[in-house]
Amino acid sequence: MDKNEQPAEETRMPHTVTIEDTGERYTCAGEESLLSAMARLGRRGIPVGCRGGGCGVCKVEILSGEFGTRAMSRDHVDDSDRAAGRLLACRVYPASDMSLKVVGKLQKSVCRPDRPVSSVTPPVTR
Amino acid sequence: MAMTGVLRPGHAQVRVLDLEESVRFYRDVLGLVETGRDAQGRVYFKCWDERDHHSYVIRESDRAGIDFFGFRVLNTAELDRLEADLNAYGLATERIPAGEMLETGERVRFTLPSGHAIELYAEKTKVGNGIPLINPAPWSLQREHGIGPVRLDHALLYGPNVAEVQKIFTEVLGFYLVERVLTPDGNANAAIWLSCGQKVHDIAFAEYPEPGKLHHCSFLMESWDQVLRAGDIMSMNTVPVDIGPTRHGVTRGCTIYAWDPSGNRFETFFGGHLPYPDYETLTWTFDNFGQGLDYPQRKLHETFLTVVS
Repeated sequence: MDKNEQPAEETRMPHTVTIEDTGERYTCAGEESLLSAMARLGRRGIPVGCRGGGCGVCKVEILSGEFGTRAMSRDHVDDSDRAAGRLLACRVYPASDMSLKVVGKLQKSVCRPDRPVSSVTPPVTR
Repeated sequence: MAMTGVLRPGHAQVRVLDLEESVRFYRDVLGLVETGRDAQGRVYFKCWDERDHHSYVIRESDRAGIDFFGFRVLNTAELDRLEADLNAYGLATERIPAGEMLETGERVRFTLPSGHAIELYAEKTKVGNGIPLINPAPWSLQREHGIGPVRLDHALLYGPNVAEVQKIFTEVLGFYLVERVLTPDGNANAAIWLSCGQKVHDIAFAEYPEPGKLHHCSFLMESWDQVLRAGDIMSMNTVPVDIGPTRHGVTRGCTIYAWDPSGNRFETFFGGHLPYPDYETLTWTFDNFGQGLDYPQRKLHETFLTVVS
């Protein structure tokens, strides 16, 4: 965030977020997380999990843009993730227009054809 | 039923990403009673009607999840016996000195094949529930603060080797299997609900490839009305809700699942049937897991299977 700007202005301003994988764009205000704004796209299966940085299902890779973050679990975001901009969308708040790639569980949901979930993977996956 | 050995869930220690934000959540939204802080920076809570010093402890960490889940046992003789039985079964135990946790006696800790640390202890200071032991009122004003659950009821833990875990609880610790969900091939249990008394469960496990995961800690409400009121308070405070209010088929309990500010799921729970140790286990086939989880909606919510901390 540019220190010369008023944070209040910054948080009110809607930013445009581009999902590079699909070319989709959505708006996200600065006080809103990348995930909660993305969920408004209405696409089925966007994995909105704990929304607290603990479960790791909403991982994205930030390609460009300014942003702030809140705490997220090291189980899902280690130092190399952080250095590469691989963060949990529920804990990232935009301060400018941004572009991102979806990774992990989010990639499967965002990049697949928009159709109903037909089956659920059982918890036994060995 | 004469209860000896393991009596009840006694405490959970959960990791949070921001301590003070979490204290505000657990104290003012969930409505737990803060009972102490220790030199390690841990914050101790109890539910209003619990008599022991604490049942839920949080500590700040860079990882969410659960450190350990502990059970109160009848007395120190039972603690010694259970430790000997665990050792005879082939499980290593460790003694945590009295006082390491505030107002708590010596604890026996061991690690399950699911990767979870479990503790047994016999002594914790009784601080009471704010109601006299002579001619008690039915509740105190502490009940009216936040969601205000009655007690820490149970936990559901996710990890591998559930069959081994079941053997330890049933063959060594005196629990019995109340309900289970079969795997899709029907040859094993995908999830198990275990009781050490007459509650519908005191702890539950589901098979999951990653060890040591927390699915939820559950807090008991006094009525379905109180579960709905909990849902109101969650929404007033924009707490992220996972599932509910609804009723589980498994246990028959009424429920809301939601997440604390660090992504640790918790439950506000009411009801459930009352099993006895001689009752036959209730079995759910995997294709009926949806009804088991959410009986009215008959829906196997994907987050139930995939979102843990």
